[in-house]
Amino acid sequence: MVITVLFLPLLGAIIAGFFHPIFGEKMVKFFASSCVFVGAILSWTIFLVTDFSTVEKIHLFNWISSGHLNVAWAIRLDALTSIMLVVVCSVSFLVHLYSFGYMKADHNWKQSEKYEARFFSYLSFFTFAMLALITSDNFLQMFFGWEGVGVASYLLIGFYYKKPSANAAAIKAFVVNRIGDFGFILGIFCVFISTGSLYFDDLFVQAESLADETIQFVGFKLNTIELIAVLLFIGAMGKSAQLFLHTWLPDAMEGPTPVSALIHAATMVTAGVFLVCRMSPVMEFAPSASAAVTVIGASTALFAASVGLVQNDIKRIIAYSTCSQLGYMFAAAGVGFYQAAMFHLFTHAFFKALLFLGAGSVIHGMHHEQDIRAFGGLRKKLPVTFVLMLVGTLAITGVGIPLSYDLFHYSIGFSGFLSKDAIIEGAYAANSSSGLFAFWALIIAALFTSFYSWRLIFLTFYGEFRGKNDDFLNAHEPETTMLLPLLILAIGSIFSGMIFYNSFVGSEANDFFHDAIFNHQNNYILKDFHYVPAWVKILPFFAMLLGFFLAFNFYVMNTKAASKLAAQHFGLYQFLYNKWFFDELFQLLIVKPVLKIADIFWRWGDERFIDGFINRLSLVVIPKLTSFYARLQSGFLFHYAFGMIIGTTLIITWFSFP
Amino acid sequence: MTYLLSLVMFLPLVGAFVLAVFVTANGQKTNQSARATALFTSVATFLVSLVILLKFDASDTEFQLVEEYTWIAGLNYRVGVDGISVLFVILTTAVMPLVFASSLKIESRVKEYMICFLVLETMMIGVFCSLDIIMFYVLFESGLIPMFIIIGVWGGKEKVYAAFKFFLYTLLGSILMLIAMLVIWFEAGTTDIRQLINYNFSYDSFYFFSVYIPGGLQTLLWLAFFASFAVKMPMWPFHTWLPDAHVQAPTGGSVVLAAILLKMGGYGFLRFNLPMFPNASMLFQDLVFLLSVVAIVYTSLVALRQTDMKKLIAYSSVAHMGFVTMGIFSMNQQGIDGAIFQMLSHGFISAALFLIVGVVYERLHTRQIEAYGGLVVRMPLYALIFMFFTMANIGLPGTSGFVGEFLTLIGVFQVSIFTALGAASGVVLSAAYGLWLYRRVVFGDLIKESLKQLDDLTFRERWVFYPLIGLTLFLGIFPSPVLSLIGPSVASLVIKLSMLG
Repeated sequence: MVITVLFLPLLGAIIAGFFHPIFGEKMVKFFASSCVFVGAILSWTIFLVTDFSTVEKIHLFNWISSGHLNVAWAIRLDALTSIMLVVVCSVSFLVHLYSFGYMKADHNWKQSEKYEARFFSYLSFFTFAMLALITSDNFLQMFFGWEGVGVASYLLIGFYYKKPSANAAAIKAFVVNRIGDFGFILGIFCVFISTGSLYFDDLFVQAESLADETIQFVGFKLNTIELIAVLLFIGAMGKSAQLFLHTWLPDAMEGPTPVSALIHAATMVTAGVFLVCRMSPVMEFAPSASAAVTVIGASTALFAASVGLVQNDIKRIIAYSTCSQLGYMFAAAGVGFYQAAMFHLFTHAFFKALLFLGAGSVIHGMHHEQDIRAFGGLRKKLPVTFVLMLVGTLAITGVGIPLSYDLFHYSIGFSGFLSKDAIIEGAYAANSSSGLFAFWALIIAALFTSFYSWRLIFLTFYGEFRGKNDDFLNAHEPETTMLLPLLILAIGSIFSGMIFYNSFVGSEANDFFHDAIFNHQNNYILKDFHYVPAWVKILPFFAMLLGFFLAFNFYVMNTKAASKLAAQHFGLYQFLYNKWFFDELFQLLIVKPVLKIADIFWRWGDERFIDGFINRLSLVVIPKLTSFYARLQSGFLFHYAFGMIIGTTLIITWFSFP
Repeated sequence: MTYLLSLVMFLPLVGAFVLAVFVTANGQKTNQSARATALFTSVATFLVSLVILLKFDASDTEFQLVEEYTWIAGLNYRVGVDGISVLFVILTTAVMPLVFASSLKIESRVKEYMICFLVLETMMIGVFCSLDIIMFYVLFESGLIPMFIIIGVWGGKEKVYAAFKFFLYTLLGSILMLIAMLVIWFEAGTTDIRQLINYNFSYDSFYFFSVYIPGGLQTLLWLAFFASFAVKMPMWPFHTWLPDAHVQAPTGGSVVLAAILLKMGGYGFLRFNLPMFPNASMLFQDLVFLLSVVAIVYTSLVALRQTDMKKLIAYSSVAHMGFVTMGIFSMNQQGIDGAIFQMLSHGFISAALFLIVGVVYERLHTRQIEAYGGLVVRMPLYALIFMFFTMANIGLPGTSGFVGEFLTLIGVFQVSIFTALGAASGVVLSAAYGLWLYRRVVFGDLIKESLKQLDDLTFRERWVFYPLIGLTLFLGIFPSPVLSLIGPSVASLVIKLSMLG
């Protein structure tokens, strides 16, 4: 069954990509979407029916064998895989469906140009690569999926290939990801030299003993398991846009909005989180690496949320929000609470895809305007979209009844409330300095999250319309095929948390995950997080409320106050608005020097030095020598006699000295 | 005794002879028949070479299909293949038909062009299957002549400069090798490669005109061979002939150069340096690692700044050859397997990339990147194929480019983490220059007037690419046929090297 799920999207991609001239665009779009639909149905079946007490492994065929290195194409099906299957296939199908309406009559293309089949083909190909990533049983196949989704992401970000900005963003995404992959592949090498295998199980079995071993790495003696964990995490940072390697994600919004929802919110960017959770048997023996994961994750959550506060492009706000939420997941994984990380990954897929597709509906209805300063009062024109986005906002900001678990033994709230609060409580319960840092960072991030989310809602749907009048009059709700996915995602955003709370982090968690997630015997976080003090449980709720009221005050009550505040703190505002100047910094410190060095190598190294030397030798020195020798052959007898005398003298002298 | 190898080796020469004698005068009709003859000959050679694969027993690590004749004055004709060389023979015979199929647009001196390539093919096959060092040397060197003519006659604006540069560079490197071969002959008393592989050349250090030579004779011989193969490869800093040669060569010449001629360097390391001078190879391991990493990083950076499409791909070739040299001198199974695989895969991918440049060069007669932009609008299939090979060149998993890169890296990582670290950074750089080239040529809006009438690939052009795509993809997903072919031969080499302690 899982094989079918894996290869159906590939079939869809091939049919849509190569056979649309034969079957017609409509037909292949329908076919590709049906493939993913069947995949989604099967995934849910696997998810709900299978009991994951044993890991199912399916060997397909050999890939690379060289000496003692043996890797095959193989599938691993356990609880982690099945969660990802559900997320990927469901969101992918809904995005396919949504794209029917969204991509029709796209203003970026001329009437005569065909692009829809290509778009669907890319989407399906992405789905296949993502499934290959999550179902893999070894590092190498995972790397195949890892790079595969990178290519799909590159192609889709650069989908509007006539736009220079889209091309630049696509290349940036690919190259920055490759920097992460650099770490990932080195991690794979470390795994190989320390275990002699690239299979997960072989590493997991030896993880504990590797914790006592060291490896000589670039002149340093490092703990093997810590090194492996850190290197793999660098890969995860690239794919999941964590601090320092995050700059590609906001730019990736150049792609069509359905792509942003599928790849850059719900699925691909969570691959890094999935990797860290998959590596739980490694991370559990690598405390320093785990602490680094927590700190990076929490810092990203805070940083991205702070940037999100002041952005004006509706998609960029949500992009920074994604970046920030991914930080939450990493923070959870870092403190050893992988279950919560996966839980948040699961719920986040619903509400973030909902927010993106909702934003897509607004953009669609507003004729491709994305600046929220040009919106306003749209709730009258787009009531359905408004309500659905409101659901997404309630979910992401974490609306629910605090302490409900303690009171009724049942958590009540929107999905984001349950998963996010579990993470925050887990960070506190971890009882470590990195955990405590994460706790406070995440609380503040929760405040920011609430503020920017409500700011988006208020600026878009409330107040007076601030754009061109024509746009407002022509604003319209999208068609049903676009609203239906929103509706399904909204249902998920409301209920997925409450339904699956027990399976992920509640009483049934151990039975649900079985061996897919490993907790060290000293790691009690799964129990402990229920018993944190009440103020810890309530604090995120108040942070959320505060954010809401601040946003309400600035954007509904005193609409002038926000710009006044920005003017007062001009420096801070610019700092945030320009995303902490990371892009400029990297441009200055990395891109420019690299290009400069490249120029020096080319113009000086190759052309002046090597070629200059050779050409000088062959065009100046050797001709001179030859003409010199030619002059020696003068034809005068006494010249030759003179030469003979000198020569004989030298030879005699040479041999007369012992 | 079988005549199979000789048959494959001399078939192209027969074709060249037929062309030279029976096809006279340069008319439209004779041009057609010259093209047809050459294509037919190369296809026939390829088909016959497949029989070699059938007859070849991969589990046997000895040389097979051996033929041996005595010529005059102690010179011998000896040919045979092992798991490593058989692969290069097939690579040669497989690429040549594509060269001829892509050279149908050559209009001047068609007959001579075809003869040059056919003669070159015989020599290249000969290099890969000769089992005698003198024979190897003669074929290795005389292969320069047809290539010199190809660049010098059918090349671009500065063809003469490039042709001489190519010729002198490679010749100078080889002169040292000739001296070394003579020394070997006197020292070991044989020119048979099979015996030389098992001959122990002295590794005792000595003073040579008061210069201390660690490793003595082996070191000197190793260096002499290294000089020749490092230029051929080419390794940094002996690489500057390659970009010029590529830029000036006609498309077919570039394809042969990248796909086959460069591989002679790597093949030479595997056939001579490693098995005959193992101690010296060990001694110079770090030097080769250093040069390889410099090659990868340095030339990748230089590639980033190129304005000429062919030059960019040429620099990318040098970087990829850096992975090969590094893998070979890792001296373990993964590294050497990977190096050979990388050579094979680079043979297909770089050939395809030069053909890709050739396609637009034939239409617009410029290789300047800035002359293009937005080609995807008029040439969607071309864009797709270009994208595929760009990704393969970057080393995307699922294409053959990945398997070679990965194996060489993991091989080297076991020996020198520093080297692997430096080389792996090439993975980032290759993505940068590859995608940037693609963006400037294919993406963007089609604004330039000169591009508005371009047509997509013709039937012939398409079918030149399809086999290459098939091979690149197949070997990326299922490399086992190749790995199991070379595996035993490499394993026996590795065992020999590991016995050094």
